[in-house]
Amino acid sequence: MDAARGYWERIPARGWVLASVVAVLAFLYPSYAGSLAGLPAVGVYVPAVDSMVVMIVFTMMAVGLNVVVGYAGLLDLGYVAFYAAGAYTAAWLASQHFEQWTFHLGSAGLSPELPGIHLSLWLVLLVAGLFTAVTGILIGLPTLRLRGDYLAIVTLGFGEIIPQVVRNGDDIRGINFTGGSFGISPIDAPGFGETLSGAGLPVNYAQSFDRARLFYWTAVALLLFTVFCCVRLRDSRLGRAWIAIREDETAAAAMGVPLMRTKTWSYAIGAFFGGIAGAYYASFKSGAFPADFYFNISIFLLCMVILGGMGSVWGVILGGMILGWLNVEGLATIGSEIGLQDVPRYQFGIYGIIIVAMMLFRPTGLIPERRHKREMEEGVADTPLYDVSHGGGGQEGH
Amino acid sequence: MADLLVADRLRKEFGGLVAVNDVDFTIPERAIVSLIGPNGAGKTTFFNMLTGVYRATSGQILFRDVDVTGKPPHAITELGIGRTFQNIRLFQHMTALENVLVGMHARLKGGIIRSILGTPGVRREERRAHERARELLRFCGLRGRDGEVSRNLAYGDQRRLEVARALATEPLLLLLDEPTAGMNPQETADFTSFVGRLRDERELTILLIEHDMKVVMGVSDRVTVLDYGEKIAEGTPDEVQRDERVIEAYLGRAATA
Repeated sequence: MDAARGYWERIPARGWVLASVVAVLAFLYPSYAGSLAGLPAVGVYVPAVDSMVVMIVFTMMAVGLNVVVGYAGLLDLGYVAFYAAGAYTAAWLASQHFEQWTFHLGSAGLSPELPGIHLSLWLVLLVAGLFTAVTGILIGLPTLRLRGDYLAIVTLGFGEIIPQVVRNGDDIRGINFTGGSFGISPIDAPGFGETLSGAGLPVNYAQSFDRARLFYWTAVALLLFTVFCCVRLRDSRLGRAWIAIREDETAAAAMGVPLMRTKTWSYAIGAFFGGIAGAYYASFKSGAFPADFYFNISIFLLCMVILGGMGSVWGVILGGMILGWLNVEGLATIGSEIGLQDVPRYQFGIYGIIIVAMMLFRPTGLIPERRHKREMEEGVADTPLYDVSHGGGGQEGH
Repeated sequence: MADLLVADRLRKEFGGLVAVNDVDFTIPERAIVSLIGPNGAGKTTFFNMLTGVYRATSGQILFRDVDVTGKPPHAITELGIGRTFQNIRLFQHMTALENVLVGMHARLKGGIIRSILGTPGVRREERRAHERARELLRFCGLRGRDGEVSRNLAYGDQRRLEVARALATEPLLLLLDEPTAGMNPQETADFTSFVGRLRDERELTILLIEHDMKVVMGVSDRVTVLDYGEKIAEGTPDEVQRDERVIEAYLGRAATA
């Protein structure tokens, strides 16, 4: 075991090697999901491909939230606002909602006479990301002057305000913006249109027999993009400034880090990925509904970050996939396997227990951030609090 | 010698308490100036006004003839005032090297998009920054400690790392807040000669808050004494040591009688 580990540690750039292997396995998932599901005993727990899409989209949001909470140490309890902003951007720019106008730009596989604004969904994803980043800056400017608990309370407020705005946004000076409590649906699917279909690319995901797989592959690609950007940023000048702020705001400012600008950037970047994920999910579900944007989503995403390990991208992916799976399929499957049909009704109780257990036994998460891991391995001279994490680390066989 | 920093009738009130009372203060270029005084005399408050942590109630601070009164800390650092903290404030979970790299923040350019793309310019800048950071660690006597998490460093090394991090901001004026607190006599002696080297080799101007009179008298060109927020004496170490008000402030009235 130790020999194998020693060998592994000598491989250069082993993080990227591991990441590439995982990425390849992820892309191939639809081709072996069926065989996995056929396995005795464990087969029922294997998620279907379209469940995987939901899990990945939520994981992507968790990775975005991790920039705010994990890197910069800003407790944001209103991340759902960014999800909503992204989803409604998609609803506005790729549906029949504004039927008074007919505007098409790169829309894939739709009749040009179809009323409403129909932009190419690829463009919509980008616009949603940018629009949500601007929303993040606007929310950030008044709130980021606050520290710690106060920030958490104000973001909580914004998280509550957004669904109310959405619910009541169906008659703002006579214009129906959000479709009220009915939401907006259907929303266009991504696709490559007639011109590119010659190259073997699908015209429109929703009209394809391979709908689930296409959405799945694109989701994996989006998650990879998010992870790549977040890892690069973490190791950049900006990433160091975020972590410095998390460690000691006063010292960071004294070292020349502009607090407001740096924090606002973390909000904007976290929001950017949340917006893209929200828009993509709206397209996948073909709808944006106010009931999707409640406070519990913010907490759910935060749970993913805590379970995986705050500040650790790989940890957050793991945490996101585990909780995402429990949410989409896992709890229901477990419930029916053990003969208790209403297990899913206790989902938030179950997530709560998971978080409390993590805090007690492994507060740095399933895959701790590098710097926290280093600390656990090297040991710390003081603070009895960390005895807890030593115990947790030992049981994992590190 | 021109004055690098001029504080004009600087005042700070906390509610009814006057922590710093209309203090005039100048730091000549390439001098080592010490600020001393009994506990609670307002030394750190004065420091915090110079670095923008506190906003002065009234008065003005000129740094290289630029008015820096009320500017935020990061802007003041960018103009060339670096500092250390009385109670060590390192980024505890970051390595020694990363701590120094954060100090370079204002001197580096790497933007968001270019960092994500990993353009050659950003890579080159990062490589140079790493080299410079290692060099600073060596200069401060932390050779080979680059990868160590700063909270695991020995106390004296943490103090040194604070100086290295402050030097990384490329200051013209370095503010050291009780740098030898908690050091043993040997470490203190080493540090005193290190402060001299900072001025001579790095061409820095230094403002020192210090309790250890041996350090103050050994290294300073000028000493300013604060008591209850007021400046009670100013001059060469010899002059200040003989000043009656200073002796009174430190030892009480009976000592002067």
